[in-house]
Amino acid sequence: MLNLPGIGLMQGLGVVFKNMTRKRITEQYPEERLNVSRRTRAQELVWEPGRCTGCATCVKACPQGNIKIKTSVGENNKYVVDQFENDEGRCIFCGLCVESCPYEALFFGRSYERSKYKREELIADIDEMTAADKERSAYYRPDLYDELPEQTLLIYRKHKRIL
Amino acid sequence: MMTIPDVVTQAPLASWQLWDSALDSGWAIDNFWAHLALFAVGIIGFVLMVVMGFIWYERRLISVMQLRIGPNRAGPFGLLQPVADAIKVMLKEDIVPTVADKWVHFLAPIVVFVPVLLMFAVIPIHEGVGLIPDLNIGILFIVAVGSIETVAVFMAGYGSNNKYALVGAMRSVAQMVSYEMPMAFAVIAVVMVAGTLSMQGIVQAQSIPFALLLPMAFIFYFTCALAELQRTPFDLLEAESEIIAGYHIEYSGMKFATFYLGEYGGAIAQCAIITTLFLGGWKGPILPPVLWFMIKLFTMFGVIVWIRAAWPRVRIDQLMGFAWKYMLPLSLINLLVVAIEVIILDGDAIRWWLVPVNFAITIGLMTAWAGMFKIGGGSESA
Repeated sequence: MLNLPGIGLMQGLGVVFKNMTRKRITEQYPEERLNVSRRTRAQELVWEPGRCTGCATCVKACPQGNIKIKTSVGENNKYVVDQFENDEGRCIFCGLCVESCPYEALFFGRSYERSKYKREELIADIDEMTAADKERSAYYRPDLYDELPEQTLLIYRKHKRIL
Repeated sequence: MMTIPDVVTQAPLASWQLWDSALDSGWAIDNFWAHLALFAVGIIGFVLMVVMGFIWYERRLISVMQLRIGPNRAGPFGLLQPVADAIKVMLKEDIVPTVADKWVHFLAPIVVFVPVLLMFAVIPIHEGVGLIPDLNIGILFIVAVGSIETVAVFMAGYGSNNKYALVGAMRSVAQMVSYEMPMAFAVIAVVMVAGTLSMQGIVQAQSIPFALLLPMAFIFYFTCALAELQRTPFDLLEAESEIIAGYHIEYSGMKFATFYLGEYGGAIAQCAIITTLFLGGWKGPILPPVLWFMIKLFTMFGVIVWIRAAWPRVRIDQLMGFAWKYMLPLSLINLLVVAIEVIILDGDAIRWWLVPVNFAITIGLMTAWAGMFKIGGGSESA
């Protein structure tokens, strides 16, 4: 390259001009969303009551002492879970409860818009943890991995331009 | 002897041609007050509308260059975003520091904006269309009025009674004063070739655009315009990505909006002056002249935005060194070259031959001068 003054500046202009022909890399967030990782440790727990035996291993594993479980003895001398709560405001989402569950009854969810107006609303109870619209993450549950949608990265996304 | 064009016998005219013939038949010019009122209101409206257009245009264009989208929520294509911004900034509280010099603080934004409006008085958007398009000292008037902005900047810094504002204002003033000189020399080169100070006369003298005939004057004027406007790469005093604001740190609400208006109004004014001096003003084939003027205006601003997207900003010592060591001597040499060309080689036929010659001289001189010294080298080892 010629060593003229200002050549570097002109090259800079050229790079920017080339950028004008490239596709955008940003998202229009509420309308367009990226898929999170299939193994995401997102901001909620999903509970499968059918598999749970009420053994409370998750409670013992929780470093925060965050999970609350109350059981009673039902028919055939089995535990019935009366209360199962996780305070998401104090949860650190370390995943030890999910990893420790011997019956694979506890999953991470894939939702990430979990903010609330009050702290009390953050306590997830049985109804919330078993809600039908919860998506299960494949974190520590490799069987789920293939069913989940592939993660989209900003740079690989296919674009439809919103003006 | 001027002949009045026979409008009736001609084919249907475009609106600008009707306007043209109306002017020729003395419709607007005869009545001084009507002319004044029409163009005063027209200029203010034009500046306000184009400022909003420029803000939108800059944000959208720079976001395309940065692989973003830019404002696209308010109105179609985000066109109403500047309106929303204007409403928001007008509703904000106007805070005046208790220790400020109230009157100077109050007057500074006005003194920034008024010279910008005054500049448009002598800029012709079409032959004979403008408040005073054929003022015989047109470009001198622009240079003189443009210098008032320096005072306003210092008023803002001094009146705020804030040490950062004052330091910022002093540096801004140093920058503007330094770059005014090579700017004036670039203008003189144009005036020598055109043989007139009138803006309309300069446009009429451009059988080829002066950007081609006087490339060095064009480059220098453009660089100085960037410095006068305090835009990238000379925006180190109000660098929004690094420091807060410079001289208008203590301004909020409507007064800040007026500064903003003055800044973008100044951008329009400088783009319009560059268009008039170097790009042939309203001249152009096929399209109506007013449209050509606007196209050139927006193209020039596009280049400014392009530079903002691409280039880093200079240091303060580089800034001053560039003005005094590089541009001032080179613009004087350029003046000498142009003077010789005007005396020896005048004539329309020879002008096209001068284009490559002048480009060669420009590149040669700039290369040679750049090799002669370094600006603000600094020490590399401890």
